[in-house]
Amino acid sequence: MMSEVRFHGRGGQGVVTTSKILANAFARTGQYGASFPMFGFERRGAPVTAFGRFSDKPVREKTQIYNPNILVVLDPSQKKAANVFDGLLPGGMMLLNDKKNTDDVRHENLRKLAVVDANGIAMAEIGLPIPNTVVVGAFAKMSGLLDIGPVLEALADYFSGKKLAANEICAQRGFQEVQMFDL
Amino acid sequence: MNTTTTTQSRIKVITGNAAAAIAAKLARPDVVAAYPITPQTEVIEQISTFHASGEMDCELITVEGENSAMNAVMAASLAGGRVFTASSSWGLVFMYDAVLAVAGARAPVVMVNVNRETPGIIAVSSGQQDMISTRDAGWIFLIAEDCQEVLDLVLQAYRLAEDYDIQLPVMVHYDGFFLSYLSEGVDIPEQETVDQFLSVLKTQPKRTVLHPGEKLGVGSHGILGGYMELRHKHVTAMERSKAKFEEIDQEFADIFGRSYGGQVEEYRTDDADIVLLGSGSMCGTIKAVIDEQREKGERIGLVKIRMYRPFPHQALTAALKGKKAIGVVDRSLAFGFDGGPIYTELKAFETRMDGAKLVSFIDGIANTDITKTNVEKMIQMTRDLADGKDVPEVTWVSYPDANTKGGK
Repeated sequence: MMSEVRFHGRGGQGVVTTSKILANAFARTGQYGASFPMFGFERRGAPVTAFGRFSDKPVREKTQIYNPNILVVLDPSQKKAANVFDGLLPGGMMLLNDKKNTDDVRHENLRKLAVVDANGIAMAEIGLPIPNTVVVGAFAKMSGLLDIGPVLEALADYFSGKKLAANEICAQRGFQEVQMFDL
Repeated sequence: MNTTTTTQSRIKVITGNAAAAIAAKLARPDVVAAYPITPQTEVIEQISTFHASGEMDCELITVEGENSAMNAVMAASLAGGRVFTASSSWGLVFMYDAVLAVAGARAPVVMVNVNRETPGIIAVSSGQQDMISTRDAGWIFLIAEDCQEVLDLVLQAYRLAEDYDIQLPVMVHYDGFFLSYLSEGVDIPEQETVDQFLSVLKTQPKRTVLHPGEKLGVGSHGILGGYMELRHKHVTAMERSKAKFEEIDQEFADIFGRSYGGQVEEYRTDDADIVLLGSGSMCGTIKAVIDEQREKGERIGLVKIRMYRPFPHQALTAALKGKKAIGVVDRSLAFGFDGGPIYTELKAFETRMDGAKLVSFIDGIANTDITKTNVEKMIQMTRDLADGKDVPEVTWVSYPDANTKGGK
């Protein structure tokens, strides 16, 4: 079974890294992960979309994702943007970085919403509003596809020293503090 | 790709660019000279990191532009060094005179080109037009489908380029964005295994190299007969590289446990009556669609071009002969021809294919995505052609305006 995940955020939030860490974590469980971003010119603040395929079989598709079953929204300002929901499959899930569930995120195919204050946690733990590592922890919990262990192991490929330690806490807090709502 | 044996090495989730850089490191080049350009930049970043940390013991020349990069690696190669560079699109064009000179000098330069649309229309987008714009430079061109193949092809490229019987530059192509930034699991071989794979080159006779203070002419110095002799040797060496590449693929399989089939890879073609012909990252998507359609009983396969220069027409003819119809997918244009570049080239061998009909699809240029829906459409049109229905010779799959009446 393959999960197709689309990530929405802005340059500087670590959208691409989020998708990479998850692909990495899946590979550590003996499953397969493939992710890639699509953007024009690289710049901070510009909308960035990334795609992740996670599966128990090798992933061969090299295309963007048009019918995701999971959405990950790192930028709260995009939580109601129509294009974010494009092609969402029935029974879809969304993981949203927001202070709290504002009860206004709705879509006919969205059945499960998970909210985590990733910016707040990141500010507290690393002093920067970069939500990505909180989001990967929260993703593991929400999706039920990953344990926190492989996520923490994967972080070591992207961070070291004090940064690694702080980001490990971010991921653990994301895993523990994400709140899930059935819609 | 067939994985015949398991290896001891570790799977790491890395991008196509990182795979290229790691392969370059594992090949232990003497000189790397390069200039960054999207979507290749990460290759140079990684190599710089390896160099700074001491993991890579090479001369790293951070030049002021691509033209200098190619001239620097040409000189180093002619002096006997193993070299590496990387570029894309505008960068490849900016080094074009040196690209030609390297070929004329038979300098065994190995580089990666991360495919991107060319100057003309300003765009940062994927497409194989830069490959087509340089295809007649006299280099060997190899094309990768996924991140593992990027790594494997760079290693194989050294065996091919530096082989005493070949002595030609090799360019490994992979799609910008769709592969350069794709993160997926790659089996990274141990250094000793790579050393073993490349060690054959040490047992061969030494190629002629420059020595300081000694007079030696290299490259295409000649007119009339002399020039023709050099050119003829060059084209015969290119022809030899086909069989050599097959040998290298076999030896690679023995050592690393991965075989790709040499010049072309055939995927589920045995009993297929229609076939798509493609190259690069699109092939992964095509394989996924083929698997789905096979479950419904469609007899469809893929032939993937891995070696594009020299053009592997013997291998292609063998793989395609007797099929009812072949849809050729080009991620670039042949200006002045209706069909795509690979289509027009294959068309020259149509009479050797026992009646197989050919149709041209142009897709994936300017960063357009070759989606599963597009692949399904191409398969349907190829099926229609096989069934004797009227199908246009050329279809721009993602640009319907091109296909309407008077669109040409």
